[in-house]
Amino acid sequence: MSDWNESEPLLKLDGLRVEFGASKKKRFAAVKGASFEIMRGETFGLVGESGSGKTTIGRAIVRINEATSGRILYKGRQINGRISKELDREVVQKIQMIFQDPMASLNERAKVDYIVSEGLYNINGFSSEEERKAKVEKALLEVGLLPEFASRFPHEFSGGQRQRIGIARALIMEPELLVADEPISALDVSIRAQVLNLLAELQKRKGLTYLFIAHDLSVVRFITDRIAVIHKGDIVELAQTEELFRRPLHPYTKALLSAIPLPDPRLEKKKRIVIYDPSCHRYDERGPSWREAAPGHFVLADDRELAAYRDEIARADAAEGV
Amino acid sequence: MGTNESLLSVRDLVVKFNLRGQVLTAIRGASLDLYEGQTLAIVGESGSGKSVFTKSFLGMLDQNGWVDSGSILFEGVELSRYKSQEEWRAVRGKKIAMVFQDPMTALNPLKTIGKQIEEVLELHHGLKGLHAAKAAAEMLGRVGISDPEARAKQYPHEFSGGMRQRVVIAIAMACKPRILICDEPTTALDVTIQAQILDLIRALQKDFGFTTIYITHDLGVVANVADRVAVMYAGQIVEQGLVEEIFYDPRHPYTWALLSSLPQLGVKHEPLYAIKGTPPNLFKPIKGDAFAPRNPKALKIDFEEEPPEFFVSPTHSARTWLLDPQAPKLEPPAAIRALRAAYERSEA
Repeated sequence: MSDWNESEPLLKLDGLRVEFGASKKKRFAAVKGASFEIMRGETFGLVGESGSGKTTIGRAIVRINEATSGRILYKGRQINGRISKELDREVVQKIQMIFQDPMASLNERAKVDYIVSEGLYNINGFSSEEERKAKVEKALLEVGLLPEFASRFPHEFSGGQRQRIGIARALIMEPELLVADEPISALDVSIRAQVLNLLAELQKRKGLTYLFIAHDLSVVRFITDRIAVIHKGDIVELAQTEELFRRPLHPYTKALLSAIPLPDPRLEKKKRIVIYDPSCHRYDERGPSWREAAPGHFVLADDRELAAYRDEIARADAAEGV
Repeated sequence: MGTNESLLSVRDLVVKFNLRGQVLTAIRGASLDLYEGQTLAIVGESGSGKSVFTKSFLGMLDQNGWVDSGSILFEGVELSRYKSQEEWRAVRGKKIAMVFQDPMTALNPLKTIGKQIEEVLELHHGLKGLHAAKAAAEMLGRVGISDPEARAKQYPHEFSGGMRQRVVIAIAMACKPRILICDEPTTALDVTIQAQILDLIRALQKDFGFTTIYITHDLGVVANVADRVAVMYAGQIVEQGLVEEIFYDPRHPYTWALLSSLPQLGVKHEPLYAIKGTPPNLFKPIKGDAFAPRNPKALKIDFEEEPPEFFVSPTHSARTWLLDPQAPKLEPPAAIRALRAAYERSEA
């Protein structure tokens, strides 16, 4: 097949740009040049507010939105633009998506049996009806649903169960990469934990890789290994999850972290919110670029800012006695 | 903060709905006191009845719903006896106002922002023309909208989500209500905007001296805004108390479970505490403690008899048999103990 090996990223974005709008005048860049790598088995978080372009990145990876420029590489092979039929088929199968709103993402007129196996029909993923049925049954069991649910319609299920159906329909394809776009934000508090646990357990069992797209930093902190922060189409910072929380560098990341709701009245009432003002940067005409401020800790900065960030890290290290 | 005067007093409220010939009991005997100047947060999942409960204070129950029994006393008037829309109009919007969840749908897209505030002023205060326009612009300024005269002439689509929520708040505030009910006011907003809206409501509360009820499922919001908290489950208030009592010394297993399932309190790479199953079916009568089937440590009596309200302190009560003197002593879960320990360390 390919000469990809485990030490290379499973997915790599290289200067991905996605624009919308038909005429040249009305063009709008939702994603302005995103670059990051996701390693196999990792949970990679993409965090931003509404309109930041985080969902567009996810949709570009599963190729719902077309990339305007830049490259998306899966196991070292470019998957955007014109690609061969075999590669297209492989990507359709191996990269799957879980959607935000389980109330809107399931076909109300189809039975669970069809919803879960729809992807298989598209790739001729079974040779007999028994095989298909067996696969549906297995997928339902894997997400904690009963096989007899296959003959029911979506409206017979609660939000949490519907999200499980959404996960089953992705799992049946035996994917390697799951793009989960706000998979729990439409669910009730008590149900969120069930779905988060399910995602973690499936990852452990199947060695899945996740791109977890969300706005809720407390959830992202809990589930991810690394986080990229996106603001208005630009990725502004990327680091290991705990590193990002311990010493955020970019002012937007700091603002975002300062606003996280804490379930503790004492901390919450003392909380000081930082407001991000983009005019604080004062970039010259060259603008900022993507820099590594510390090993594995990237930030969008110009020379002056980078020096300041490195200084900040050195002082933090000294204070902690590293 | 505030006085000990109860501004709104609800006793044993039962609210029912008729759905396709079946009767659903949405509120199963809830009692609550709202104190002047304070902020009360009502927490619960969807279907717990938190929205229906507050809608009954405004006469906003759907056509097929009614207050079956119990009392809602506001300024010495029994609201549960109100029948006509005329009677309700003297209260709703004027004395008790509401801020809805989604600022994208709460405004009329065909009318200017100014016009929508003027309508309220005209309906309740008889203000007209320039007087109304001036008052509307002033209100917009108060909620932090710059250049209010010019912005008043714009339409909702010209405002961002956060700005629209400010407009919705301005409309609710236009009549200087005594009680402001905020139904998930920040759920549809980004976190950074959310914090600004909560600060705005707090500042307005200080200036105007109204009393606030928040309806929310977000315990972070509760911790930020609340003086008192009521936890709802299956149409009942299962626990209520001061915000510190609910977060640092919760007593009901449902409150324990709700707090424990938060990722903020979880330990990475370990499963998060998850509440099993789903809430009970309110079409059927509930025997015992409604949470018992989902509570792995439920007592035998939980399945047989409904627990009464036990008082932990004059301000803190819970409906759980665990508080009965004969009940076995049960340690709260680890996440709750950790929260409490952090609090005690900071106090010491």
